[in-house]
Amino acid sequence: MAEPLLELRGLNKSFGGLRVTENVSLTLEAGEIHALIGPNGAGKTTLIQQISGALAPDSGEIRFLGEDVTRLSMARRARRGLARSFQITSVIPSFSALENAALAVQARSGSSFRFFRPAAREAALNEAAMAALEEVGLAPRAHLPAAALSHGERRQLELAIALAMRPRALLLDEPLAGTGPEEAERLIRILRGLGARYGILLVEHDMRAVFALAQRVSVLAQGRVIATGSPAGIRADPVVRAAYLGEEEGEG
Amino acid sequence: MTWRDAALPAGVFAALALAPFLGFGQSHSLTLLARAMIFAMAAISLMLLVGGAGLVSLGHAAMMGVGAYAVVVLDHARITEAWAVLPAGVGATALFALATGAIAIRTSGVHFIMITLAFGQMAFFTASSLALFGGDDGYTLYGRTEIFGARLLEDRLAFHFACLFCLVAAWALVRALLASRFGRVLRAARENETRVRALGLEPYPYRLAAYVIAGAIGGLAGVLLANATEFVAPAYLAWQRSGDLLFMVILGGLAGPHGALLGALAFVLVEEWLATLTEHWRLIFGPLLILCVLFLRGGIAGLLGRG
Repeated sequence: MAEPLLELRGLNKSFGGLRVTENVSLTLEAGEIHALIGPNGAGKTTLIQQISGALAPDSGEIRFLGEDVTRLSMARRARRGLARSFQITSVIPSFSALENAALAVQARSGSSFRFFRPAAREAALNEAAMAALEEVGLAPRAHLPAAALSHGERRQLELAIALAMRPRALLLDEPLAGTGPEEAERLIRILRGLGARYGILLVEHDMRAVFALAQRVSVLAQGRVIATGSPAGIRADPVVRAAYLGEEEGEG
Repeated sequence: MTWRDAALPAGVFAALALAPFLGFGQSHSLTLLARAMIFAMAAISLMLLVGGAGLVSLGHAAMMGVGAYAVVVLDHARITEAWAVLPAGVGATALFALATGAIAIRTSGVHFIMITLAFGQMAFFTASSLALFGGDDGYTLYGRTEIFGARLLEDRLAFHFACLFCLVAAWALVRALLASRFGRVLRAARENETRVRALGLEPYPYRLAAYVIAGAIGGLAGVLLANATEFVAPAYLAWQRSGDLLFMVILGGLAGPHGALLGALAFVLVEEWLATLTEHWRLIFGPLLILCVLFLRGGIAGLLGRG
């Protein structure tokens, strides 16, 4: 059997005495949306940061495309096709939406040590960037500076940037965070369209989105994976209900 | 907006080209204009770092100083040919920038300011202790740089146009760099370094390259400055001068290299003009600069661009 797209093997991470990641192992297959859920403070973002390379795990292994990438920098992992979006929108505010996406295209196509040709007039960069913006429905706003976009549009841009990298796997850290119902609806539709083409590891609080999108769900609590399974199986799992879902329903 | 970015500096360059024929042809005026153009060149190179890469260097005078001292070293060996002096001055500065930048760029923010200041002071004290080249007292050149053995630059008008040529070239280079793929990475990393890393680009080599290029342009300005004054002293490398350069950049505005151009010309010319009015000119110049920073948020370029 072929190796999974992304595989975590026995990942551990502590901050001082606090174990934020405890023996986490999970896989992401190509063409699958694997959702990672769990209560606040369960260690979801810390895990994404270790996968993307922003944080180094204390022990364990991260394998991407069949290779050990545990010691590679964030930039190197990105060049291999591991794209992430940020929980808090992370774009270049003074760049237009198009230029934000064009920078992502530029990063994967050819050298950026080109000194004289105006980058804004490189048709190949702009076309690929525009295609990514179209995919998320942001093309009509392409020429506005990112700082002038609404919150939901910036979430779309964040996604477009990830797509413009032509990644193999996407790590999406709460792509719906802070969006209104209509924007969320739109993003869910976009994500469903993307799911078949990439492996997506999706961290999300919005349960409606998780159950609408994911083929597999893993539940993280206090740094440990307490269950992995189909959405229906997870919903029925008594351990999960106790740790998480019940509490969430109680709040709602 | 783009036409103005080019129209404004084009007007300034035209004015500089015509100035000698419009009543500024006396040797005093030409000396002053040459000085203004040389500092404008250095300020434009510093603008690539400050406005482009977000690297606030407080040691840029050292770049001019290394270029100027390269002229001194060759002059001492009786080498004054431009085809030796220019590559030596620019090359020495690029090497100095590479060595110091490789360390400085590992830091950021206030630490970067402090470490560039420290390297600048190191260069200053090194120059002060070079007894062979006059130490603290400085060194008077035997003569200006020659071109194929011809003493072309002795002619003040020829020197004026040599400075103008270098200034236009420096402006065009920095402008092109900022708009290129390279410049796009620099600008993006200034605003959001994590995002740039997440895209697969490591900012360090881009910043180092910018530091070396800015250093090399600063070195060329230093070669010209040594020629303009026919005298080089450690004061050329002093941190006060680095501060002046930084001030010119901010005074002019960070929107593009034309800001640094305007800032430097205004700084040098106003300084000179005030000095002719009163010997207490610093009492006026200081508050004037503070007012500019307070009320001209986009710098002089922003003020003119709005009109």
